[in-house]
Amino acid sequence: MTAPAHVLRWERYFWPALLAIAFLALWHYAVRWTGSKVFPSPLGVQKGLAELAHKGLLWRYIGDSLRRVGIGFSAAVASGIPLGLTLGWYTAAAQVVNPVIQMVRPISPIAWIPISIVLFGVGDSAAIFLIFLAAFFPIVLAAMNGVGSVPSMFRRAGRNFGLGPVELLTRVVFPASLPQIIIGLRISLGIAWLVVVAAEMIAGDSGLGYLVIDARNSGKRYDLVIAAMLLIGLIGLMLDIAFRQLETLKAIRWGFRSES
Amino acid sequence: MLQSVMAIAPRAVETKLRAEDINMVFRRDGKSTNVLDNINIEVGKGEFLCLLGPSGCGKSTLLNIVAGFLEPSSGAVRIDGAIVNGPDPRRIFVFQERGVFPWLTVEGNIGFGLFKMSRVERERRIEHYVKLVGLGGFEKAYPQELSGGMKQRLEVARALAVNPDMLFLDEPFGALDSITRLIMRGELLRLWEAERKTIIFVTHDIEEAVQLADRVVVMSARPARIQRIVKINIPHPRDISSRRYLELRDGIFAEIGLAHQI
Repeated sequence: MTAPAHVLRWERYFWPALLAIAFLALWHYAVRWTGSKVFPSPLGVQKGLAELAHKGLLWRYIGDSLRRVGIGFSAAVASGIPLGLTLGWYTAAAQVVNPVIQMVRPISPIAWIPISIVLFGVGDSAAIFLIFLAAFFPIVLAAMNGVGSVPSMFRRAGRNFGLGPVELLTRVVFPASLPQIIIGLRISLGIAWLVVVAAEMIAGDSGLGYLVIDARNSGKRYDLVIAAMLLIGLIGLMLDIAFRQLETLKAIRWGFRSES
Repeated sequence: MLQSVMAIAPRAVETKLRAEDINMVFRRDGKSTNVLDNINIEVGKGEFLCLLGPSGCGKSTLLNIVAGFLEPSSGAVRIDGAIVNGPDPRRIFVFQERGVFPWLTVEGNIGFGLFKMSRVERERRIEHYVKLVGLGGFEKAYPQELSGGMKQRLEVARALAVNPDMLFLDEPFGALDSITRLIMRGELLRLWEAERKTIIFVTHDIEEAVQLADRVVVMSARPARIQRIVKINIPHPRDISSRRYLELRDGIFAEIGLAHQI
């Protein structure tokens, strides 16, 4: 990998694919040789997945988890970015609010589960609330720091062209801090995806996290546990890849030093 | 020869800007630093004035005061008779090349200040200024895809597009290589002759000042005072090996106290 320019196109896919196949083979034979009754083989997991799909649970659970993340994360974006921009802009307000944010932020979203069950019961709303909480603070902080790092030259230029405070915020400060905000969004989407699983395991009645805990509790179906875990990993990866596409937009890419 | 020069150089025109008894004191950690000491300048309409002084002498501070970004500790700046109390789209400040907005294309940057215009008018202006600064074919390009000189021309185009009466340029070519810098000086003079804006240009480069300006204001080291004002009565295009040019240049070298030898 010292000379990435020489890595051929097929090699970029071939070696990772080979590694994945080797891993599956190792898994398969490890299960066979140890004669494990509990731990499923890859084929067992694949059968489990087929069974879920047949029952119509597979797409429903994936859809439920994605919907919760979608709603909770969107709410966090819609409220966190304006709040972060405003706090970054009015530093006096930020000094008042910052201690509270800094204290609430390190509380794991998982610790909020009992509160959210009290507030919303078991189901969609509790999970959405937890995802919102998990994504909200990193987004606010990213937007705040983004504003703080906007060169004063850009603000001056904006004022020079006759922009009022609101226009300055939307036409200069927001786009200038967008690269930093995008990084914050990507991190918080990753966190949201971790949290939805935890939330569904404890306070859910559907979704991939619920599948993990339900498969174990009702009949020790470890094939379904592993299937759910693999799905969680795969979907998390796809969300991250989709988000990375945003960073390659030209209006944003200037903020990323590694791209040229 | 001298006669014709005299006939061209001094334009008897009205005063555009007047800086009156400007003092600037920065206070930091209980210490106060006197940056500008009793500055008085008059700039005529359509004049090209250079503020020349050593790095850190306070000439950029003066330019920021004149542009309305900083308030002087005492004294006032009047433009067209009215006291300056903030930045204004009629007077645009041009930074070093990093002043263009990296999230906007060439078109977006030039059109940035034209938000009050109709779409048709805006597009017409953008097209005009893209051509004027020689960025044709790069309309959809982002600043990161442009060279340093192109970015600087883009920033000048963005400033000119709002049709200001004055331009304030703060060492605009300082980050460019010496060949590009020479080309850009010629470009700026061409634009100045085409549009006749009043220009205040800050530089620490003596040659640059003598090549560009109608008058050079020589400033001392901190606290900056006006040491001398040198009238450059040579018509454009200037022959930079002519005797008059060399006399004026060497006069300023001597004024600043530099032996003109290495």
